[in-house]
Amino acid sequence: MTVATILEMVLGAVVLGLGAWTIAARETFAATVGYVAYGLLVPLIWVRLDAVDVALTEAAIGGGLGGVLLLGAAARLRASEPAAAAETPGKIVRLGAAGASVMVAAALSAAVLLLPDPAPTLAPAAIANASATGLANPVTNVLMAFRAMDTMLEKVVLLLAIVGVWSLASDQAWGGRPGPRHQADPHGVFAFLARLLPPVGIVVGIYMFWTGADHPGGAFQGGSMLAAMWLLVIMAGLTDTPPASGRWLRLVLIAGPGVFLAVGLGGVCFGLAFLAYPPTNAKPLILGIEVAMVLTIAVTLGLLVAGAPERSPQR
Amino acid sequence: MTDTTIFGLYAAAAVGFGLYGLITNPQPLRKIVAFNLMGSGVFLLLGVVGRRGAAAGFGNDPVPQALVITGIVVAFSATALAVALLLRLFQTAGSATLRDDAPASASINQSGD
Amino acid sequence: MSYPATVLDAVTTTRGFLLVLSIIVPVAGVLLAFVVGGRHIERLAFATILFGLAIAAAILVALQQSDGPLVYLLGAWAPPLGVALRADGLSAVMMMVAAVVISAVGVFAGADFRPAAAESRAPFAFWILLLGIWAALNIVFLGGDLFTLYVALELVTFAAVPLVSLDGRAETLQAALRYLLFALTGSVLYLLGTTLFYGLYGTLDIVLLSHRVRAQPATLVAAALMTTGLLAKTALFPLYLWLPPAHAGAPAAASAILSGLVVKGSFFILVRLWFQVMPGLPGFAATQLLAALGGAAIVFGSVVALRQERLKLVIAYSTLAQIGYLFLMFPLALSASGQLESGGALAGGLLQAVSHATAKAAMFLAAGSIYAVLGQDRIAGLGGVWRALPIAVLAFALGGVALMGIQPSGAYLAKELLLQAAAEKGQWWWAVVLQAGGIFTAAYVLLVLAHVLAPAKAPIASDRPALRIQETAALALALCSLLLGLLPWEAYLPIAQGIPSYRLGPEAVSKTLSKVLLPILGGTVVATLLGRWGPPPAHITSWKPPLAVVDPIRRIGLALGDLIERSDGFLRQWPVAGVTLLVLVLLFGGCNADGLVMRMQARPASGRHQLFA
Repeated sequence: MTVATILEMVLGAVVLGLGAWTIAARETFAATVGYVAYGLLVPLIWVRLDAVDVALTEAAIGGGLGGVLLLGAAARLRASEPAAAAETPGKIVRLGAAGASVMVAAALSAAVLLLPDPAPTLAPAAIANASATGLANPVTNVLMAFRAMDTMLEKVVLLLAIVGVWSLASDQAWGGRPGPRHQADPHGVFAFLARLLPPVGIVVGIYMFWTGADHPGGAFQGGSMLAAMWLLVIMAGLTDTPPASGRWLRLVLIAGPGVFLAVGLGGVCFGLAFLAYPPTNAKPLILGIEVAMVLTIAVTLGLLVAGAPERSPQR
Repeated sequence: MTDTTIFGLYAAAAVGFGLYGLITNPQPLRKIVAFNLMGSGVFLLLGVVGRRGAAAGFGNDPVPQALVITGIVVAFSATALAVALLLRLFQTAGSATLRDDAPASASINQSGD
Repeated sequence: MSYPATVLDAVTTTRGFLLVLSIIVPVAGVLLAFVVGGRHIERLAFATILFGLAIAAAILVALQQSDGPLVYLLGAWAPPLGVALRADGLSAVMMMVAAVVISAVGVFAGADFRPAAAESRAPFAFWILLLGIWAALNIVFLGGDLFTLYVALELVTFAAVPLVSLDGRAETLQAALRYLLFALTGSVLYLLGTTLFYGLYGTLDIVLLSHRVRAQPATLVAAALMTTGLLAKTALFPLYLWLPPAHAGAPAAASAILSGLVVKGSFFILVRLWFQVMPGLPGFAATQLLAALGGAAIVFGSVVALRQERLKLVIAYSTLAQIGYLFLMFPLALSASGQLESGGALAGGLLQAVSHATAKAAMFLAAGSIYAVLGQDRIAGLGGVWRALPIAVLAFALGGVALMGIQPSGAYLAKELLLQAAAEKGQWWWAVVLQAGGIFTAAYVLLVLAHVLAPAKAPIASDRPALRIQETAALALALCSLLLGLLPWEAYLPIAQGIPSYRLGPEAVSKTLSKVLLPILGGTVVATLLGRWGPPPAHITSWKPPLAVVDPIRRIGLALGDLIERSDGFLRQWPVAGVTLLVLVLLFGGCNADGLVMRMQARPASGRHQLFA
């Protein structure tokens, strides 16, 4: 057993312990904090699994934005805590649930141990066809070319999530600004950070997106970085969320799937296929889609964290 | 047993913890956290599957990696929708419980009685 | 590890682009509607619906003229690296049904969700979500890749959940949250199974998997996880805790979509999984278990439906029962060699889904019309409503008759096909369940009709006049369901012996009569014994002697109904449903393992248990 293996086992055990804490903790807020810590450590496992693209995504979306979303909700739901605690199911139900969960996890572990060796893989196929796009990052190739349909549909998922969240507004607040108006001490640490970090964060976000063609990174990671910076500025009270009725906002929110759809149809017009790129122009076309996607992802993720419109539109 | 397999077992355990929390914790927000833990376990498992398929100079099969990235975005959207519903429920009803003690016929009672 | 390089269908067929169109037209509708918003959203949705209807029809025609399924390779990438769309007869039929139901619901909703001068919340959300569900369902019906199907399932859920809570009341918000959380649990289980499939076979393409899947222990775990996850999303008994409040609380147009179409999405993927990905894996025990849950759903859902006080809840619990019907086909499709065959039983199950989609949507729309006029839908207060809303009442009645399986409805044809399969397979007990299902359906339909046709207790104080266009939309769907049995299904569904014909003759007449009378008479008896009735009206109290005989039996019936209603409350508790979910995972794993052991004992010589060479 090498030092690296031991380190991995310790890392895994710490992560798993945090995971168990999120379930076992008495207080919801504490459990949520535990989940944020979990979300910040999991990317390390992803790096160990040699999946840096995923590590970046998990850190930005899973840990970062997801953590902000859950912590915010936990703070707003504090008052509901005692009533919920009173509804804890009895011992028999808990024992039954524990037994069934253990058995399902055991069956899953057995299946993991029984996976075939050598494992089947599509990595050689992905390499063999990489020349069709001219991008060196294989994950970007899968997302933007081989399985482009999934990626486009996932943009529609984001849009429907926005529609779903907005549909929870009251009728009076329809079209208004999402979320509460944040106020922070203009000379406090938070406001200081909100002035200091965004210029750096925006550069990092754009770099993450730009480098994604050939190195780990891409539209998702860059977009969520930009979303995080935007939220920081909003939460420091330096700016407000845009009104949900804004025509420009709506256009930005559909830009990603819209451009994807248009380029996909362009492939048909060029006699190729839906979502196929002409080999000579594949790279600029994919980058074009990704520019639109970064914008859409950044704004969508930010607005999903902000929540339903709460304040009536001012005219 | 390789390091990769150990991560696979951790992933299975995370799914188990998540299932237990999802079933037994009465607070909906805790269920949402448990769902995220379970999702993270599934994604890790996909990562393990990809790592086992390391080939052609890649340390991890790119196809499962792409699936995980799509999956993370979908799971985040689900979390956002669930949190928004929960906050609205709390705002409207003053409580945040999933229990419907009264039979459904009474709980969705309408005007006209 | 090398796999066969060529797959039979690894090319795009000539009219394959229709499949792409059927997905991107509603997607484009969603995007445009989101930007346009405001007053024009309804017109935009109607244009999209017309276009989509035409595409669904074109696919039906194109499929008839082609030798095999229509295939489209997205981006011209062949599986396993790429993703294929495929349309066989099953997909084409389901797509057409979705198009028809969405069109009718669109017409109905035109009156309810008409945007005012300024953009308002409910119409904006409704029309976008309606188109979103349509796009997602078309992907479910066409997707050839298990992960693409996962994204499609999530799309369906994300579009369906906000529809439940569109009116913003606390009860519907709670129903929507329960629905979302339980559906998400189901999705995670589905995704777990998908992960294992990729780890085992290096592909998620349905056709490629069907060549590669072997009966291995890890495959059994994957199959059990995916099956249970899909059952949770389909709300098969006992995993239905979210269904009654969600389907009964949503606006009528949304209920019609949720009950008619949305639960069919996950059901369809289950059919693909069992019949196409792994037809040799689930053995006798697993198929019997699935159908037993279906049988329990029929009895349970029907009895609880009989005891509801509100019309929309009766219809919601009827959905629970009718979902059970969809699962009776599985044991009847199992061949002697242990393979699930695409034959009459599968055709019967699909027809049942089609028939329920149209009939149930019609019934929810009819109930919505009644609710809009009366301002409430308590069954006891429905007397005389047929005078105010004759067309809606007719639509409800015809929808009910279609569900009962009376000629020439689609449900009748489905029942005939399933009965035929049951006779061939010698599984008489499913024939009993099928007949009982018709009787139970008749019971709650008759119970409602008896109240509707009774004289009014007080003059109807109406909130608003009946809208004929809404009633007509409901009636059109009901007629559709009632006449489904007359369509040429052999072209699309695997019906070998041809459809039982409707030629007239003395023998046919007597046979038909018995088939009509059995459910109606049986239903009357069941409704009398188990239904919730007020104090008997004056003209019945005069029948003293028969009442003396009926009374003790009815008391037993009521006690039984009480028991079932109480267990309904028990099963709808979240922790109970959660534990049940996990137990079902283990049960399905165990059943499949049982089949695996039997198969390995049966072929000791072959050495490797390769099932689908």
